[in-house]
Amino acid sequence: MLELPALGWQSIVIFVVFALSLLIATYCTYAERVIAAFLQDRVGPDRAGPYGLLQPLADAVKMFTKEEFFPGGANKVLFVVGPCLAMITALMSSAVIPFGNTMSFGNNLFFLQGIEVNIGMLWIFGVVSLGVYGVMIGGWASNNKFSLLGAVRAASQNISYELAMGMSLIAVLMISGTLSLREITLQQSVAGEWQVWNIVKQPLGFIIFLVCAFAETNRTPFDLPECETELVGGYHTEYSSMKLGLYLFSEYVNIFVVSAVMSVLYFGGFNFPFQYELRDWFVNSQGWELASAQNLITLLGTVGLFLKIFAFIFFFMWIRWTLPRFRYDQLMRLGWTILIPLAVFNIVLTGALILFGVI
Amino acid sequence: MHPLFLFLSFVALLSALGVVFAKNPVHSVLFLILTFFSLSGHYLLLNAQFVAAVNIIVYAGAIMVLFLFVIMFLNLNVDTEPHKPALAKMAAAVAGGSLLLILVAALKDIVPTGVAAGTPFNSQIGMVDQLGLKLYTDYLLPFELASVLFLIAMVGAVMLGKRETGERNF
Repeated sequence: MLELPALGWQSIVIFVVFALSLLIATYCTYAERVIAAFLQDRVGPDRAGPYGLLQPLADAVKMFTKEEFFPGGANKVLFVVGPCLAMITALMSSAVIPFGNTMSFGNNLFFLQGIEVNIGMLWIFGVVSLGVYGVMIGGWASNNKFSLLGAVRAASQNISYELAMGMSLIAVLMISGTLSLREITLQQSVAGEWQVWNIVKQPLGFIIFLVCAFAETNRTPFDLPECETELVGGYHTEYSSMKLGLYLFSEYVNIFVVSAVMSVLYFGGFNFPFQYELRDWFVNSQGWELASAQNLITLLGTVGLFLKIFAFIFFFMWIRWTLPRFRYDQLMRLGWTILIPLAVFNIVLTGALILFGVI
Repeated sequence: MHPLFLFLSFVALLSALGVVFAKNPVHSVLFLILTFFSLSGHYLLLNAQFVAAVNIIVYAGAIMVLFLFVIMFLNLNVDTEPHKPALAKMAAAVAGGSLLLILVAALKDIVPTGVAAGTPFNSQIGMVDQLGLKLYTDYLLPFELASVLFLIAMVGAVMLGKRETGERNF
Protein backbone atom coordinates (compact mmCIF):
# COMPACT_ATOMS: atom_id res chain seq x y z
CA MET A 1 0.00 0.00 0.00
CA LEU A 2 1.28 3.40 -0.95
CA GLU A 3 2.18 5.43 2.10
CA LEU A 4 0.97 8.99 2.05
CA PRO A 5 0.58 11.50 4.85
CA ALA A 6 -2.98 12.43 5.75
CA LEU A 7 -2.70 15.70 3.85
CA GLY A 8 -1.66 13.77 0.75
CA TRP A 9 -4.85 11.73 0.83
CA GLN A 10 -6.87 14.88 1.35
CA SER A 11 -5.28 16.60 -1.62
CA ILE A 12 -6.16 13.58 -3.79
CA VAL A 13 -9.77 13.93 -2.62
CA ILE A 14 -9.72 17.66 -3.41
CA PHE A 15 -8.31 17.00 -6.87
CA VAL A 16 -10.92 14.31 -7.57
CA VAL A 17 -13.75 16.59 -6.42
CA PHE A 18 -12.42 19.37 -8.67
CA ALA A 19 -12.12 17.04 -11.67
CA LEU A 20 -15.52 15.51 -11.08
CA SER A 21 -17.27 18.88 -10.85
CA LEU A 22 -15.76 19.88 -14.18
CA LEU A 23 -16.52 16.52 -15.80
CA ILE A 24 -20.12 16.50 -14.61
CA ALA A 25 -20.60 20.10 -15.68
CA THR A 26 -19.20 19.20 -19.12
CA TYR A 27 -21.63 16.36 -19.55
CA CYS A 28 -24.46 18.53 -18.21
CA THR A 29 -24.23 20.47 -21.47
CA TYR A 30 -24.67 17.18 -23.31
CA ALA A 31 -27.45 16.01 -20.99
CA GLU A 32 -29.25 19.31 -21.46
CA ARG A 33 -29.48 18.75 -25.20
CA VAL A 34 -30.41 15.11 -24.90
CA ILE A 35 -33.15 15.89 -22.40
CA ALA A 36 -34.35 18.84 -24.46
CA ALA A 37 -34.51 16.58 -27.48
CA PHE A 38 -36.36 13.93 -25.50
CA LEU A 39 -38.91 16.38 -24.13
CA GLN A 40 -39.48 18.01 -27.50
CA ASP A 41 -39.53 14.73 -29.39
CA ARG A 42 -36.39 15.45 -31.41
CA VAL A 43 -33.25 13.43 -32.08
CA GLY A 44 -30.72 15.62 -30.29
CA PRO A 45 -26.93 15.52 -30.69
CA ASP A 46 -25.90 12.29 -32.44
CA ARG A 47 -23.09 13.32 -34.83
CA ALA A 48 -19.95 13.59 -32.68
CA GLY A 49 -18.98 10.13 -31.50
CA PRO A 50 -21.30 7.32 -30.45
CA TYR A 51 -24.64 8.77 -29.27
CA GLY A 52 -23.06 12.20 -29.70
CA LEU A 53 -20.97 11.66 -26.58
CA LEU A 54 -18.09 13.77 -27.89
CA GLN A 55 -20.38 16.78 -28.38
CA PRO A 56 -18.99 18.69 -25.32
CA LEU A 57 -15.49 18.26 -26.76
CA ALA A 58 -16.62 19.62 -30.10
CA ASP A 59 -18.23 22.56 -28.31
CA ALA A 60 -15.00 23.26 -26.45
CA VAL A 61 -13.02 23.25 -29.69
CA LYS A 62 -15.55 25.64 -31.20
CA MET A 63 -15.36 27.96 -28.19
CA PHE A 64 -11.57 28.00 -28.11
CA THR A 65 -11.13 28.70 -31.80
CA LYS A 66 -13.59 31.56 -31.97
CA GLU A 67 -12.36 35.12 -32.23
CA GLU A 68 -11.23 36.72 -28.99
CA PHE A 69 -13.14 39.98 -29.07
CA PHE A 70 -12.69 43.04 -26.86
CA PRO A 71 -15.32 45.76 -27.28
CA GLY A 72 -13.98 49.27 -27.77
CA GLY A 73 -13.50 51.24 -24.56
CA ALA A 74 -13.86 48.14 -22.45
CA ASN A 75 -11.85 47.77 -19.27
CA LYS A 76 -9.48 45.03 -20.50
CA VAL A 77 -8.43 43.64 -17.12
CA LEU A 78 -11.90 43.51 -15.58
CA PHE A 79 -13.34 42.17 -18.83
CA VAL A 80 -11.15 39.09 -18.36
CA VAL A 81 -11.53 38.98 -14.57
CA GLY A 82 -15.34 38.76 -14.79
CA PRO A 83 -15.69 35.27 -16.30
CA CYS A 84 -12.76 34.01 -14.20
CA LEU A 85 -14.53 35.14 -11.03
CA ALA A 86 -17.76 33.48 -12.15
CA MET A 87 -15.92 30.19 -12.65
CA ILE A 88 -13.86 30.40 -9.44
CA THR A 89 -16.84 31.12 -7.21
CA ALA A 90 -18.79 28.31 -8.85
CA LEU A 91 -16.00 25.80 -8.20
CA MET A 92 -15.18 26.98 -4.68
CA SER A 93 -18.38 25.83 -3.02
CA SER A 94 -17.84 22.13 -3.74
CA ALA A 95 -14.90 22.19 -1.29
CA VAL A 96 -17.02 21.65 1.80
CA ILE A 97 -19.58 19.21 0.44
CA PRO A 98 -19.24 15.75 2.02
CA PHE A 99 -19.28 13.40 -0.96
CA GLY A 100 -18.93 10.35 1.27
CA ASN A 101 -18.30 9.08 4.74
CA THR A 102 -14.82 8.03 5.94
CA MET A 103 -12.54 5.51 4.23
CA SER A 104 -9.85 3.71 6.17
CA PHE A 105 -6.71 2.09 4.80
CA GLY A 106 -4.66 0.59 7.60
CA ASN A 107 -4.35 3.37 10.13
CA ASN A 108 -5.18 6.14 7.70
CA LEU A 109 -8.70 7.45 8.05
CA PHE A 110 -9.73 10.09 5.59
CA PHE A 111 -12.87 11.93 4.66
CA LEU A 112 -14.35 11.89 1.18
CA GLN A 113 -14.69 15.65 1.46
CA GLY A 114 -12.45 18.51 0.39
CA ILE A 115 -12.22 20.24 3.76
CA GLU A 116 -14.21 19.52 6.87
CA VAL A 117 -14.91 22.86 8.57
CA ASN A 118 -17.44 23.62 11.24
CA ILE A 119 -18.84 26.51 9.20
CA GLY A 120 -19.58 24.50 6.04
CA MET A 121 -23.02 25.97 5.49
CA LEU A 122 -21.77 29.53 5.96
CA TRP A 123 -19.01 28.81 3.46
CA ILE A 124 -21.57 27.76 0.85
CA PHE A 125 -23.67 30.82 1.59
CA GLY A 126 -20.67 33.15 1.41
CA VAL A 127 -19.43 31.74 -1.87
CA VAL A 128 -22.90 31.94 -3.38
CA SER A 129 -23.14 35.58 -2.37
CA LEU A 130 -19.80 36.25 -4.10
CA GLY A 131 -21.01 34.71 -7.35
CA VAL A 132 -22.73 37.94 -8.25
CA TYR A 133 -19.38 39.75 -8.69
CA GLY A 134 -18.47 37.79 -11.79
CA VAL A 135 -21.70 38.89 -13.41
CA MET A 136 -21.52 42.53 -12.31
CA ILE A 137 -17.87 43.07 -13.15
CA GLY A 138 -18.27 41.39 -16.54
CA GLY A 139 -21.34 43.44 -17.36
CA TRP A 140 -19.78 46.72 -16.32
CA ALA A 141 -16.42 46.14 -18.00
CA SER A 142 -18.11 45.48 -21.35
CA ASN A 143 -18.76 49.22 -21.78
CA ASN A 144 -22.19 48.52 -23.22
CA LYS A 145 -25.41 49.82 -21.72
CA PHE A 146 -27.29 46.60 -22.46
CA SER A 147 -24.61 44.56 -20.71
CA LEU A 148 -24.72 46.91 -17.74
CA LEU A 149 -28.50 46.70 -17.50
CA GLY A 150 -28.30 42.92 -17.81
CA ALA A 151 -25.71 42.78 -15.05
CA VAL A 152 -27.83 44.91 -12.75
CA ARG A 153 -30.86 42.77 -13.54
CA ALA A 154 -28.93 39.61 -12.73
CA ALA A 155 -27.40 41.03 -9.57
CA SER A 156 -30.67 42.28 -8.16
CA GLN A 157 -32.27 38.91 -8.85
CA ASN A 158 -29.44 37.09 -7.12
CA ILE A 159 -29.35 39.23 -4.01
CA SER A 160 -33.15 39.15 -3.70
CA TYR A 161 -33.31 35.37 -3.74
CA GLU A 162 -30.24 34.96 -1.53
CA LEU A 163 -32.28 36.34 1.37
CA ALA A 164 -35.03 33.74 1.16
CA MET A 165 -32.42 31.05 0.53
CA GLY A 166 -30.50 31.99 3.66
CA MET A 167 -33.64 32.00 5.74
CA SER A 168 -34.72 28.58 4.53
CA LEU A 169 -31.25 27.35 5.55
CA ILE A 170 -31.74 28.80 9.03
CA ALA A 171 -34.67 26.43 9.60
CA VAL A 172 -32.38 23.49 8.75
CA LEU A 173 -29.83 24.87 11.20
CA MET A 174 -32.46 25.02 13.90
CA ILE A 175 -33.22 21.31 13.71
CA SER A 176 -29.61 20.20 13.19
CA GLY A 177 -27.86 22.58 15.59
CA THR A 178 -24.63 22.58 13.56
CA LEU A 179 -23.18 24.36 10.56
CA SER A 180 -21.02 21.43 9.50
CA LEU A 181 -22.44 19.71 6.43
CA ARG A 182 -20.89 16.41 7.49
CA GLU A 183 -22.61 16.57 10.88
CA ILE A 184 -25.92 17.44 9.21
CA THR A 185 -25.55 14.40 6.96
CA LEU A 186 -24.66 12.06 9.81
CA GLN A 187 -27.65 13.26 11.84
CA GLN A 188 -30.02 12.14 9.11
CA SER A 189 -29.18 8.49 9.65
CA VAL A 190 -28.06 7.08 12.99
CA ALA A 191 -27.32 3.39 13.54
CA GLY A 192 -30.07 1.62 15.48
CA GLU A 193 -32.41 4.61 15.49
CA TRP A 194 -35.40 5.55 13.41
CA GLN A 195 -34.29 8.71 11.61
CA VAL A 196 -35.81 10.46 8.65
CA TRP A 197 -34.21 12.70 6.07
CA ASN A 198 -34.62 16.43 6.57
CA ILE A 199 -37.07 16.69 3.69
CA VAL A 200 -39.71 15.13 5.97
CA LYS A 201 -39.04 17.68 8.68
CA GLN A 202 -38.62 20.63 6.33
CA PRO A 203 -40.93 20.27 3.32
CA LEU A 204 -41.74 23.98 3.12
CA GLY A 205 -38.11 24.98 3.63
CA PHE A 206 -37.05 22.63 0.86
CA ILE A 207 -39.52 24.12 -1.61
CA ILE A 208 -38.32 27.64 -0.79
CA PHE A 209 -34.70 26.51 -1.17
CA LEU A 210 -35.47 24.80 -4.47
CA VAL A 211 -37.11 27.89 -5.96
CA CYS A 212 -34.22 30.06 -4.78
CA ALA A 213 -31.74 27.56 -6.21
CA PHE A 214 -33.32 27.99 -9.62
CA ALA A 215 -33.06 31.75 -9.28
CA GLU A 216 -29.47 31.66 -8.03
CA THR A 217 -28.28 29.49 -10.90
CA ASN A 218 -30.15 31.66 -13.44
CA ARG A 219 -32.20 28.76 -14.74
CA THR A 220 -35.63 28.90 -16.29
CA PRO A 221 -38.14 30.09 -15.09
CA PHE A 222 -35.74 32.66 -13.61
CA ASP A 223 -33.28 33.03 -16.48
CA LEU A 224 -33.90 36.72 -17.04
CA PRO A 225 -30.19 37.54 -16.71
CA GLU A 226 -29.59 35.86 -20.03
CA CYS A 227 -32.81 35.74 -21.99
CA GLU A 228 -31.80 36.39 -25.56
CA THR A 229 -35.15 36.91 -27.14
CA GLU A 230 -36.72 39.73 -25.15
CA LEU A 231 -33.92 41.44 -23.26
CA VAL A 232 -30.82 41.40 -25.52
CA GLY A 233 -28.67 38.66 -24.03
CA GLY A 234 -27.71 40.15 -20.71
CA TYR A 235 -24.43 40.66 -18.91
CA HIS A 236 -22.54 38.53 -21.46
CA THR A 237 -23.78 40.29 -24.60
CA GLU A 238 -20.26 41.42 -25.52
CA TYR A 239 -18.51 38.19 -24.67
CA SER A 240 -17.25 35.71 -27.22
CA SER A 241 -15.05 32.62 -27.41
CA MET A 242 -14.02 30.88 -24.20
CA LYS A 243 -14.82 33.88 -21.99
CA LEU A 244 -18.46 33.37 -22.91
CA GLY A 245 -17.83 29.65 -22.50
CA LEU A 246 -16.70 30.18 -18.91
CA TYR A 247 -19.89 32.08 -18.08
CA LEU A 248 -22.09 29.40 -19.60
CA PHE A 249 -20.01 26.64 -18.06
CA SER A 250 -20.09 28.15 -14.57
CA GLU A 251 -23.88 27.90 -14.72
CA TYR A 252 -23.59 24.12 -15.04
CA VAL A 253 -21.04 23.91 -12.25
CA ASN A 254 -23.47 25.90 -10.13
CA ILE A 255 -26.26 23.47 -10.95
CA PHE A 256 -24.07 20.56 -9.90
CA VAL A 257 -23.07 22.24 -6.65
CA VAL A 258 -26.56 23.35 -5.73
CA SER A 259 -27.89 19.85 -6.45
CA ALA A 260 -25.24 18.44 -4.17
CA VAL A 261 -26.15 20.93 -1.44
CA MET A 262 -29.82 20.03 -1.72
CA SER A 263 -29.04 16.31 -1.56
CA VAL A 264 -26.88 16.83 1.51
CA LEU A 265 -29.19 19.16 3.39
CA TYR A 266 -32.56 17.60 2.64
CA PHE A 267 -32.08 14.15 1.14
CA GLY A 268 -29.67 12.48 3.51
CA GLY A 269 -26.42 13.14 1.62
CA PHE A 270 -24.36 9.97 1.42
CA ASN A 271 -26.81 7.97 3.55
CA PHE A 272 -29.03 5.36 2.02
CA PRO A 273 -31.75 3.25 3.67
CA PHE A 274 -30.68 0.18 5.64
CA GLN A 275 -26.96 0.97 5.31
CA TYR A 276 -26.13 -0.13 8.84
CA GLU A 277 -28.10 -3.36 8.41
CA LEU A 278 -26.18 -4.03 5.20
CA ARG A 279 -22.86 -3.38 6.92
CA ASP A 280 -23.75 -5.69 9.79
CA TRP A 281 -24.85 -8.35 7.33
CA PHE A 282 -21.46 -8.20 5.60
CA VAL A 283 -19.68 -8.42 8.94
CA ASN A 284 -21.81 -11.13 10.55
CA SER A 285 -22.87 -13.37 7.67
CA GLN A 286 -20.04 -12.89 5.19
CA GLY A 287 -17.21 -12.66 7.69
CA TRP A 288 -15.82 -9.33 6.41
CA GLU A 289 -13.72 -7.07 8.56
CA LEU A 290 -15.60 -4.07 9.94
CA ALA A 291 -13.26 -1.61 8.23
CA SER A 292 -13.64 -3.07 4.74
CA ALA A 293 -17.42 -3.38 5.17
CA GLN A 294 -17.46 0.29 6.20
CA ASN A 295 -15.39 1.20 3.13
CA LEU A 296 -17.85 -0.61 0.89
CA ILE A 297 -20.79 1.18 2.51
CA THR A 298 -18.98 4.50 2.05
CA LEU A 299 -18.47 3.80 -1.65
CA LEU A 300 -22.10 2.77 -2.07
CA GLY A 301 -23.12 5.94 -0.21
CA THR A 302 -21.03 8.07 -2.58
CA VAL A 303 -22.70 6.39 -5.54
CA GLY A 304 -26.06 7.05 -3.89
CA LEU A 305 -25.23 10.72 -3.38
CA PHE A 306 -24.29 11.09 -7.02
CA LEU A 307 -27.54 9.40 -8.06
CA LYS A 308 -29.42 11.97 -5.98
CA ILE A 309 -27.39 14.76 -7.57
CA PHE A 310 -28.11 13.46 -11.07
CA ALA A 311 -31.81 13.26 -10.24
CA PHE A 312 -31.76 16.93 -9.24
CA ILE A 313 -29.82 17.89 -12.36
CA PHE A 314 -32.43 16.10 -14.44
CA PHE A 315 -35.13 18.00 -12.54
CA PHE A 316 -33.42 21.30 -13.37
CA MET A 317 -33.42 20.45 -17.06
CA TRP A 318 -36.93 19.08 -17.01
CA ILE A 319 -38.17 22.40 -15.58
CA ARG A 320 -36.16 24.36 -18.13
CA TRP A 321 -37.84 22.70 -21.08
CA THR A 322 -41.30 22.76 -19.49
CA LEU A 323 -41.92 26.20 -18.00
CA PRO A 324 -41.78 29.63 -19.66
CA ARG A 325 -39.84 32.37 -17.93
CA PHE A 326 -41.32 34.93 -15.55
CA ARG A 327 -41.73 38.59 -16.29
CA TYR A 328 -39.29 40.68 -14.26
CA ASP A 329 -41.87 42.27 -11.94
CA GLN A 330 -43.39 38.85 -11.28
CA LEU A 331 -39.96 37.54 -10.37
CA MET A 332 -39.30 40.35 -7.90
CA ARG A 333 -42.76 40.05 -6.39
CA LEU A 334 -42.33 36.29 -5.92
CA GLY A 335 -39.00 36.83 -4.20
CA TRP A 336 -39.85 39.68 -1.88
CA THR A 337 -43.53 39.34 -1.06
CA ILE A 338 -44.02 35.58 -1.18
CA LEU A 339 -40.81 33.68 -0.56
CA ILE A 340 -39.34 35.88 2.20
CA PRO A 341 -42.54 36.00 4.34
CA LEU A 342 -42.95 32.28 3.72
CA ALA A 343 -39.37 31.65 4.86
CA VAL A 344 -39.95 33.71 8.04
CA PHE A 345 -43.14 31.72 8.64
CA ASN A 346 -41.17 28.51 8.15
CA ILE A 347 -38.64 29.61 10.77
CA VAL A 348 -41.43 30.38 13.26
CA LEU A 349 -43.17 27.10 12.48
CA THR A 350 -39.94 25.12 12.90
CA GLY A 351 -39.27 26.88 16.20
CA ALA A 352 -42.75 26.02 17.45
CA LEU A 353 -42.44 22.39 16.37
CA ILE A 354 -39.07 22.08 18.12
CA LEU A 355 -40.48 23.75 21.23
CA PHE A 356 -43.37 21.31 21.42
CA GLY A 357 -41.08 18.39 20.72
CA VAL A 358 -42.64 17.32 17.43
CA ILE A 359 -39.35 17.25 15.47
CA MET B 1 5.74 36.68 13.05
CA HIS B 2 3.79 34.19 11.02
CA PRO B 3 4.56 34.49 7.29
CA LEU B 4 0.86 34.20 6.49
CA PHE B 5 0.17 37.12 8.83
CA LEU B 6 2.81 39.20 7.07
CA PHE B 7 1.42 38.33 3.66
CA LEU B 8 -2.18 39.12 4.67
CA SER B 9 -1.15 42.39 6.28
CA PHE B 10 0.76 43.32 3.15
CA VAL B 11 -2.26 42.61 0.95
CA ALA B 12 -4.61 44.40 3.34
CA LEU B 13 -2.48 47.55 3.49
CA LEU B 14 -1.77 47.59 -0.22
CA SER B 15 -5.42 47.17 -1.19
CA ALA B 16 -6.51 49.71 1.41
CA LEU B 17 -4.13 52.19 -0.19
CA GLY B 18 -5.57 51.17 -3.54
CA VAL B 19 -9.05 52.15 -2.31
CA VAL B 20 -7.86 55.67 -1.62
CA PHE B 21 -5.60 56.19 -4.61
CA ALA B 22 -7.53 54.48 -7.41
CA LYS B 23 -8.80 57.00 -9.96
CA ASN B 24 -11.76 54.87 -10.95
CA PRO B 25 -14.45 54.42 -8.25
CA VAL B 26 -15.19 50.88 -9.45
CA HIS B 27 -11.54 49.97 -8.89
CA SER B 28 -11.80 51.49 -5.41
CA VAL B 29 -14.75 49.23 -4.62
CA LEU B 30 -12.90 46.17 -5.88
CA PHE B 31 -9.85 47.06 -3.78
CA LEU B 32 -12.13 47.45 -0.77
CA ILE B 33 -13.49 43.95 -1.38
CA LEU B 34 -9.92 42.64 -1.50
CA THR B 35 -9.28 44.40 1.82
CA PHE B 36 -12.26 42.63 3.36
CA PHE B 37 -10.93 39.30 2.13
CA SER B 38 -7.54 39.84 3.71
CA LEU B 39 -9.23 40.92 6.95
CA SER B 40 -11.20 37.66 6.86
CA GLY B 41 -7.90 35.87 6.47
CA HIS B 42 -6.73 37.60 9.65
CA TYR B 43 -9.85 36.41 11.45
CA LEU B 44 -9.10 32.86 10.30
CA LEU B 45 -5.57 33.18 11.71
CA LEU B 46 -7.18 34.25 14.99
CA ASN B 47 -9.27 31.04 14.87
CA ALA B 48 -12.49 33.00 14.46
CA GLN B 49 -14.01 31.05 11.58
CA PHE B 50 -17.53 32.31 12.16
CA VAL B 51 -16.53 35.98 12.13
CA ALA B 52 -14.45 35.38 9.00
CA ALA B 53 -17.37 33.80 7.13
CA VAL B 54 -19.87 36.41 8.29
CA ASN B 55 -17.48 39.20 7.33
CA ILE B 56 -17.39 37.81 3.79
CA ILE B 57 -21.14 37.27 3.60
CA VAL B 58 -22.21 40.61 5.02
CA TYR B 59 -19.53 42.99 3.77
CA ALA B 60 -18.15 41.44 0.60
CA GLY B 61 -21.34 39.60 -0.36
CA ALA B 62 -24.04 42.14 0.43
CA ILE B 63 -22.89 45.66 1.25
CA MET B 64 -20.21 45.95 -1.41
CA VAL B 65 -22.60 44.60 -4.04
CA LEU B 66 -24.90 47.52 -3.27
CA PHE B 67 -21.93 49.91 -3.44
CA LEU B 68 -20.98 48.51 -6.82
CA PHE B 69 -24.60 48.84 -7.90
CA VAL B 70 -24.70 52.54 -7.18
CA ILE B 71 -21.25 53.32 -8.53
CA MET B 72 -21.87 51.53 -11.81
CA PHE B 73 -24.68 53.94 -12.52
CA LEU B 74 -22.51 57.00 -11.94
CA ASN B 75 -21.40 58.94 -14.94
CA LEU B 76 -17.67 58.36 -14.80
CA ASN B 77 -16.50 60.83 -17.46
CA VAL B 78 -13.72 63.14 -16.36
CA ASP B 79 -15.43 66.35 -17.51
CA THR B 80 -18.62 65.67 -15.54
CA GLU B 81 -16.69 64.98 -12.37
CA PRO B 82 -17.46 67.66 -9.78
CA HIS B 83 -14.45 69.80 -8.92
CA LYS B 84 -14.25 70.47 -5.23
CA PRO B 85 -13.25 73.98 -4.10
CA ALA B 86 -9.82 74.39 -2.51
CA LEU B 87 -11.42 75.22 0.84
CA ALA B 88 -13.18 71.83 0.98
CA LYS B 89 -9.95 70.03 0.14
CA MET B 90 -8.13 71.93 2.86
CA ALA B 91 -10.87 71.13 5.40
CA ALA B 92 -10.71 67.45 4.47
CA ALA B 93 -6.93 67.41 4.88
CA VAL B 94 -7.17 69.09 8.29
CA ALA B 95 -9.91 66.75 9.49
CA GLY B 96 -8.12 63.63 8.27
CA GLY B 97 -4.82 64.85 9.73
CA SER B 98 -6.34 65.42 13.16
CA LEU B 99 -7.93 61.99 13.11
CA LEU B 100 -4.54 60.49 12.31
CA LEU B 101 -2.97 62.50 15.12
CA ILE B 102 -5.56 61.29 17.63
CA LEU B 103 -5.19 57.67 16.54
CA VAL B 104 -1.40 57.81 16.78
CA ALA B 105 -1.59 59.53 20.17
CA ALA B 106 -4.04 56.93 21.45
CA LEU B 107 -2.11 53.92 20.22
CA LYS B 108 1.46 55.02 20.84
CA ASP B 109 1.63 54.05 24.53
CA ILE B 110 -0.11 50.70 24.16
CA VAL B 111 1.70 47.79 25.77
CA PRO B 112 0.52 44.41 24.52
CA THR B 113 -0.37 42.49 27.66
CA GLY B 114 -0.50 39.05 26.12
CA VAL B 115 -1.91 36.13 28.03
CA ALA B 116 -0.99 35.60 31.67
CA ALA B 117 1.34 32.64 32.01
CA GLY B 118 -0.42 29.51 33.10
CA THR B 119 -3.74 30.36 31.42
CA PRO B 120 -4.80 27.20 29.58
CA PHE B 121 -5.13 27.74 25.83
CA ASN B 122 -8.68 27.09 24.64
CA SER B 123 -8.52 25.92 21.04
CA GLN B 124 -12.31 26.13 20.73
CA ILE B 125 -12.47 29.87 21.39
CA GLY B 126 -13.93 31.70 18.42
CA MET B 127 -15.77 28.63 17.16
CA VAL B 128 -19.47 28.91 16.41
CA ASP B 129 -20.79 27.21 19.54
CA GLN B 130 -18.58 29.25 21.88
CA LEU B 131 -19.67 32.44 20.20
CA GLY B 132 -23.32 31.39 20.35
CA LEU B 133 -23.10 30.60 24.06
CA LYS B 134 -21.55 33.98 24.73
CA LEU B 135 -24.17 35.81 22.68
CA TYR B 136 -27.09 34.01 24.28
CA THR B 137 -25.87 34.36 27.87
CA ASP B 138 -23.91 37.57 28.37
CA TYR B 139 -25.21 39.62 25.45
CA LEU B 140 -28.77 38.37 25.15
CA LEU B 141 -30.53 41.74 25.20
CA PRO B 142 -28.38 43.53 22.57
CA PHE B 143 -28.53 40.44 20.40
CA GLU B 144 -32.31 40.22 20.55
CA LEU B 145 -32.67 43.97 19.95
CA ALA B 146 -30.46 43.69 16.87
CA SER B 147 -32.59 40.84 15.56
CA VAL B 148 -35.76 42.93 16.05
CA LEU B 149 -34.07 45.70 14.08
CA PHE B 150 -33.36 43.28 11.23
CA LEU B 151 -36.93 42.04 11.28
CA ILE B 152 -38.19 45.62 11.02
CA ALA B 153 -35.91 46.28 8.06
CA MET B 154 -37.15 43.12 6.36
CA VAL B 155 -40.82 43.95 6.92
CA GLY B 156 -40.12 47.41 5.57
CA ALA B 157 -38.59 45.99 2.40
CA VAL B 158 -41.57 43.69 1.88
CA MET B 159 -43.96 46.61 2.44
CA LEU B 160 -42.13 48.72 -0.16
CA GLY B 161 -42.39 45.88 -2.66
CA LYS B 162 -46.09 45.35 -2.07
CA ARG B 163 -48.53 46.15 -4.83
CA GLU B 164 -50.50 49.31 -4.07
CA THR B 165 -54.26 49.14 -4.50
CA GLY B 166 -55.16 49.84 -8.08
CA GLU B 167 -51.54 49.64 -9.29
CA ARG B 168 -51.04 47.74 -12.52
CA ASN B 169 -47.74 47.30 -14.28
CA PHE B 170 -49.00 45.72 -17.47
